[in-house]
Amino acid sequence: MKHLVMIGNGMAGIRVIEEILKQNNKMYKITIFGEEPHPNYNRIKLSNVLQGDTTIDDIIMNDWDWYRENNIDLHVNEAIVQIDTNNNQVISERGTIVSYDELIIATGSSSFILPIPGANKDGVTGFRDINDCETMINIANQYKKGVVIGGGLLGLEAARGLLNLGMEASVVHLAPHLMERQLDSTAGAMLKNELEAQGMKFLMEKQTAEILGDERVTGLRFTDGSEIEADLVVMAVGIKANTKVTHNTDIFVNRGIVVNDFMETNIPNVYAVGECAEHREVTYGLVAPLYEQAKVLAAKLTANDVDGYEGSIVGTQLKVAGVDLFSAGEVEEDDCTKSIRIHNDFDGVYKKILIRENRIAGIVLYGDTSDGQKLFRMLLKKEDLTGITSTQILQTSCGVGGGGEDVASMPDDELVCGCNGVTKKTIVDAITTNGLTTVDEVGGCTNAGRSCGRCKDLVGDILAHTLGDSFDKDTATKKTLCGCTTLDREEVIAEIQEKGLNSTKEVMYVLGWKNEEGCSKCRPALNYLLGMLNPTEYIDESNSRLVNEKMHANIQKDGTYSVIPRMYGGVTTADDLKKIGEVADKYNVPLVKLTGGQRIGLFGVKKDDLLSIWKELDIPSGYAYGKTLRTVKTCVGKTFCRYGTQDSMSLGIELEKKFERLDTPHKFKMGVSACPRNCAESGIKDIGFVGVEGGWEIYVAGNGGTDLRAGDLLCAVKTKEEAMEMTSVFLQYYRETANYLERTSHWVERVGLENIKEDIADSETKKQLIERLEVTLTRYTEPWKEALENKEIQEKFYKKRQIQVEVN
Amino acid sequence: MNALGIRVKVATYGELEPQMGQPILINDKRIALFKVTSGELYAIEDRSPHPKGGVLSEGLVSGHYVFCPVYDWKISLADGIVQAPDEGRVQTYKVEVLDGDVYVSV
Ligand code: SRM
Ligand SMILES: Cc1cc2nc3c(=O)[nH]c(=O)nc-3n(C[C@H](O)[C@H](O)[C@H](O)COP(=O)(O)OP(=O)(O)OC[C@H]3O[C@@H](n4cnc5c(N)ncnc54)[C@H](O)[C@@H]3O)c2cc1C
Ligand code: SF4
Ligand code: FES
Repeated sequence: MKHLVMIGNGMAGIRVIEEILKQNNKMYKITIFGEEPHPNYNRIKLSNVLQGDTTIDDIIMNDWDWYRENNIDLHVNEAIVQIDTNNNQVISERGTIVSYDELIIATGSSSFILPIPGANKDGVTGFRDINDCETMINIANQYKKGVVIGGGLLGLEAARGLLNLGMEASVVHLAPHLMERQLDSTAGAMLKNELEAQGMKFLMEKQTAEILGDERVTGLRFTDGSEIEADLVVMAVGIKANTKVTHNTDIFVNRGIVVNDFMETNIPNVYAVGECAEHREVTYGLVAPLYEQAKVLAAKLTANDVDGYEGSIVGTQLKVAGVDLFSAGEVEEDDCTKSIRIHNDFDGVYKKILIRENRIAGIVLYGDTSDGQKLFRMLLKKEDLTGITSTQILQTSCGVGGGGEDVASMPDDELVCGCNGVTKKTIVDAITTNGLTTVDEVGGCTNAGRSCGRCKDLVGDILAHTLGDSFDKDTATKKTLCGCTTLDREEVIAEIQEKGLNSTKEVMYVLGWKNEEGCSKCRPALNYLLGMLNPTEYIDESNSRLVNEKMHANIQKDGTYSVIPRMYGGVTTADDLKKIGEVADKYNVPLVKLTGGQRIGLFGVKKDDLLSIWKELDIPSGYAYGKTLRTVKTCVGKTFCRYGTQDSMSLGIELEKKFERLDTPHKFKMGVSACPRNCAESGIKDIGFVGVEGGWEIYVAGNGGTDLRAGDLLCAVKTKEEAMEMTSVFLQYYRETANYLERTSHWVERVGLENIKEDIADSETKKQLIERLEVTLTRYTEPWKEALENKEIQEKFYKKRQIQVEVN
Repeated sequence: MNALGIRVKVATYGELEPQMGQPILINDKRIALFKVTSGELYAIEDRSPHPKGGVLSEGLVSGHYVFCPVYDWKISLADGIVQAPDEGRVQTYKVEVLDGDVYVSV
């Protein structure tokens, strides 16, 4: 097998390797050196990471396993410092020497750091990799004033990120308008207005002369003598191809490593691809052309016929929320161009099409980019515009049907994903031949959407359009229980009741489920529905519960579990505390912590210790893992507090004791405070009680989680008994009407509090809801105790098999 | 992960519950053994190919698939391939039943 070595573990290089593996995975033994400590990640998304829309973990494109599965010998954190083209070897900074048959240089580029005094101070960074991102995030935690030098694509995305990180963001720009390489002055000014409205500040036509400060940066001085304070300086003035590895070789370098149409350098068996490469005197800084190069190089290396790479025209977009812009080709008019221009200042829309010799030569769109891909295709194909009116060229789809019609009229060869060069036809073919149903699946097959993600909406439209014929509109928009069925919750319930179905298996069989045994969405949902509808007869299926509810402990990322025993109303005893302390000590529990739910959690417990810990604790499970009542937080209330009007602790404890273990559509939390100071945060609980003189106010559908929501006043009651009763009514009504995994907050938003109030106003309805709830409450037993008493459960769920074998 | 090239007895067929995974530690290799409803047995590496990892033996089993309990990836027990839209593959091991005893080749 020949040995293929690659320097650089980034986007362009890995695309070459992916393409090679697709063609022939037996042809090469592959070794990759990467200077960064990470596997290949989506560099484009660093802007989104900085802006807080995604995390570093989520932008990994090829994880460690990918390298392992493809037998790639990956050296991360190890830069190549020298190529020896005479002996076909590369040498790393750690002294590793590796011989190659073929060598790919894919080292990308670096942020260009202005050669001015002070550029090496702490707090000055480029914007290129994960490390830069982490630097900015850390600085933003401690400091306030961010300055970005450079008002281009990267600079503006960085500045938006700094704003999201809570910093002030000032952008210093040399030219009179922003993004002057992509926008004309009109569009540049519109962009500036929008960003100013978002809180960015601009210093235009300023040239930085010096960075001020001792060790750390404290400010900037400009050539006009003026100064600005700064705690962080991001240099985003451009990029510079990484060509250092070619030093002391005969590899020809100009601005980048010079390659021909097949990405070959002047030295045999040495190739360059990506931002480090210079092709026909152009180096590129966006992925679309680099992926084209990657395709050509992969074909070349797998001895497949391929047309050479001929260079690309690129389209540009900006990843900043609230800004919609697209630009490609030429920007400024000259004597030989004519332009079509629309400027609707009121709606904030600007469009300019530059036409040269009857063909589109440049596109600048701001505020409405829906024509972008169509125009871009016309530009790329050099379509002759003779006989076409300007309105036809700029015809937008506004008001003419929805996305579907757009998709229908879209030519097959129109580019849908600019980053990955994927056309409509490729996507439609992938959908029809592979039976794809989700945008992510389309991405998996075609790469569309896997880079900047901008095209995902359009891919969604194409998906809808392509599947459109086989699905009628109702089914397409209907919220089915999951992908295994075309029935929604109400239909499933009706069928269960009508046909007397009594196990998940029966439901799936009788109702024609697509996957015989369902999936991780419908199995837990059906198990819930069956138990809710038929509390006395239905036998709960632990195999249809997800891991936490099956194990009665919350799984953690390393496969250990957490154990959180009950502490009713947050009130404990010395005895319980001793027991918790003793097991924590005896079993070396890594973390003992007060949870956000007013009790004590033991985290990092090994599976084999669960049973013994439960036994020694001898306290009921706190169900911190379940779709059920979690905690009832209470304040100390009138027993001790000078403001307390009610006995909040005793109501809390009574609530928790009565309703613990009850299955609910999603987790359910309660709070009881004894006065409106609300120390138990009753306003952000699924149900919360606030003591007032002479009674309780009951708030519902509060949420302190992902989507913060203040609770709504359901009613006020006079006595504790009424409070308990109202809780039963509300709980049971929620159990019977909410979708599985719908918190009360979302449920109330969906069905409307007034409708709920109306439905439960009737005293007969109330009575029946309470009755059904009471019956259900008899279903449950304490799960930890049950596990300790039942050998079968122990065998089934908690048994550990450990086998030692001799290896000879 | 070098193959040891040996067959190890890990359980008896009868004691395995259908629709359940069993974590098994053979030396330092973590394996998840599954019995599916139709009775077949499968053994795969007990580690999700998700970048953050996670055990698979506790996952929900449906047909010949397991859903990763931590990040909900759907993984084929037969060939270890992660189902779209996610990507990846887990190592699979050969399982045999001889005289009611279950052997895994590692
Ligand atoms: C342990 C605890 C954090 C702590 O150290 O204090 C915790 C830990 C977890 N929370 Fe929480 N939440 C904890 C209090 C909270 C609170 C505060 C509270 O209850 O007053 C909230 C916001 C209040 C709320 O829910 O309205 C909270 C909102 C969430 C959410 C978002 C829920 C939502 O509807 O927006 C999730 C995700 C989910 O449920 O899908 C979540 C999910 C989780 C999970 C179960 C994630 C998981 O699936 O593994 C965490 C388990 C960690 C583990 O290893 O056991 N946790 N979680 C708290 C346990 C309280 C308890 O004693 O039971
Ligand atoms: C914040 C940001 C936002 C962006 N947004 C977009 C966008 O919206 N659309 C778009 O199309 N493009 C965007 N880009 C550009 C895009 O990310 C790059 O064009 C692309 O990553 C280039 O791929 P590459 O493989 O050539 O280089 P890289 O992805 O940079 O990979 C090169 C790798 O080689 C390593 N390396 C360098 N020298 C050595 C050595 N001597 N030894 C070993 N390893 C070495 C580097 O550490 C690096 O990991 C953005 C870039 C950034 C930084
Ligand atoms: S909520 Fe009111 S009664 Fe309860 S502790 Fe706070 S101040 Fe005291
Ligand atoms: S256009 Fe960037 S991922 Fe499709």
